[in-house]
Amino acid sequence: MPLTYTSQDQIEVYRFSVGFTIVVPLIAVFLQAFIPLKVQFFSIFDLPLLVVIFFAVARRSQVAGLLTGSIIGLLQDSLTHQPIGVYGIAKTVVGYGASSLGVKIDVENAGARFLVVLFFYVIHEIVYFMVARGLVGLTLEWSWAHELGSAFANAILAVGLFALLDRFKQRT
Amino acid sequence: MESVFGRYRNLVILVFALFLQVIALGVQVHRTTDTEPTRLIRVWVVSAVTPFEKAIVWVQSGTASLWHNYFYLRGVRQENRDLKAEIQRLRLEQVRLNQDAEQARRLQSLLGFREQYISKTVPAQVIGSSGSEQSRVVYIDKDKNDGVKTGDAVITVDGIVGKVSRVLPGTSQVLLINDQTSGVGALLSKSRLQGVLRGTPAGEVILEKVMSDETVQAGENVVTSGGDRIFPKGLPVGVVTRVSQGPDLFLNIRVKPAANLSKLEEVLVVTNVKEMQPAQQQTGPVRAIDILTDRLPSVPEKPAQDPSKPPVAGSAAVSPNTKPGIGANANVIAKPGDMGLAAKNGSAPAVAKPQSTTAQGGTSPLAAASSNGTSNSSAPTDAGTPKPQVEPASNKPAASSANGTSKNSGLAVVKPATEQKPAPPAVKISEKTLSTGSAAQPAGNSVKPTGGQAKPASTAVNPPAKPKPQPQTQPTAQPAMPEPPPQ
Repeated sequence: MPLTYTSQDQIEVYRFSVGFTIVVPLIAVFLQAFIPLKVQFFSIFDLPLLVVIFFAVARRSQVAGLLTGSIIGLLQDSLTHQPIGVYGIAKTVVGYGASSLGVKIDVENAGARFLVVLFFYVIHEIVYFMVARGLVGLTLEWSWAHELGSAFANAILAVGLFALLDRFKQRT
Repeated sequence: MESVFGRYRNLVILVFALFLQVIALGVQVHRTTDTEPTRLIRVWVVSAVTPFEKAIVWVQSGTASLWHNYFYLRGVRQENRDLKAEIQRLRLEQVRLNQDAEQARRLQSLLGFREQYISKTVPAQVIGSSGSEQSRVVYIDKDKNDGVKTGDAVITVDGIVGKVSRVLPGTSQVLLINDQTSGVGALLSKSRLQGVLRGTPAGEVILEKVMSDETVQAGENVVTSGGDRIFPKGLPVGVVTRVSQGPDLFLNIRVKPAANLSKLEEVLVVTNVKEMQPAQQQTGPVRAIDILTDRLPSVPEKPAQDPSKPPVAGSAAVSPNTKPGIGANANVIAKPGDMGLAAKNGSAPAVAKPQSTTAQGGTSPLAAASSNGTSNSSAPTDAGTPKPQVEPASNKPAASSANGTSKNSGLAVVKPATEQKPAPPAVKISEKTLSTGSAAQPAGNSVKPTGGQAKPASTAVNPPAKPKPQPQTQPTAQPAMPEPPPQ
């Protein structure tokens, strides 16, 4: 029996192997750091955020969701030159929120996933904006057009990515 | 109490997790200094990620190298020829630049200036980035074992890139100039206005702290000022793209970086900058045109022409005092327009050495010619062609060329003025005249034939009372009037 990292004894709760749980976030952080060097357009995507949402929704555990979000966010912070914790806080909130939503509604189909990612991407950016401006003192410009465009692009990518990651789900 | 905790367990954990991170964030913001040691989590994460990045970059560059060096060799011969021609051209330009640099060093030495020189650089490959639009940093594959240290400048051949913000095991973090937390001392190359170069949240680069009552043109180059003690002075930064009124009496100047910050592959880390006083050469200044004319074969002297005959169109009449130009036999491969070599091919006119130097405000003939860069073999332009100092005394030649330039061929003619009295041995052009090319321009025509006697122009030419000894620091142009041939 494989080691698992979940979960709540509810219907439609999935678990993942430990290797998958560790490797996928690392790959997401790695690709997020490497691909924009070759394809600058890729920087509008946030692969670690998509991974956080995927795990949170699939596990349907708020504690697991916020811990996953916190860890992945801190990993992402470590690659920047800013103080560690900005992405951590934003992704903690998203992880908690996505898992809470996953408990309430079914987010297994593509349309629901698209809307969930669209919504939580904006939430993530708002939290990031508030923390970066309020706590760190960064000067950020908020542009609804840019944020919505990025949210839309991430939502489209998420539909395909989640379908790929679904193959590694294990039913409890 | 236990029931409350049990009921809101998840929410309490969330608040606790957020609280911890906020506290940690506050501590970091409070303690952020340059000397702060790098946090372990950064070291671990970077150490975990960069080996994969290095491996991918190594495989990628190896494959590209194999393809380009062994298989895809199409056009290499042509490229080789082009590069050789480019080398020839650059060598010629180097002569001129050396002359200018030597003059600048001499003047700086006299003024006691201390200058920064890049004495050591380390080439590095860019292997990763932060992956965030709000943190514009890249990672390079060099660390402290290669001599890289925090605060080192990072440049490319095109311009500056950023500075090393952290040195980690096996890699270093470089803060790009378009990050909003970066700051570079910069100045505008023409107007010499100083400002601070900063990044914007959108990743653009702006020049701040330039007063709004100053005039800044789009297209002006921006270079480093050296005031930040990171980048040596004079490195290219970028070009001004847009100027608008900014807040608080300052201009909002947008700058397009010279280096392509979104496509960085190889960079140079400036690991050592020496500050020293420029040494003055013991040999004294040597002008570019002198070097060239010494190396090139000279044109045999022509017999004295009959002054009553007009000059033959299409040929340059050379006064005895005139040395052959670089174009007479110049073995120079240059494209039209490159450097503006007025005499870059065989049919180009000879350059009257001192006069042309004078007419262009004290710069060397190469520099003078490069100011227009539109010469061709059949009709060199006036700007690139040296003007004669002496107009013909008689009216006949004047009809063919009002200012001494043949209309048919467009060639400069320095015609012996037989009807003139012997010209004074040397005429010193005032420095005020030398400072501007336009002001110096009339000097060529300033000696008007009045009653058959050459009279120097009062504004541009000093009275030739005494030939003064030439100090070494004087501008290079110390023209002498062309001596008339023996009558």
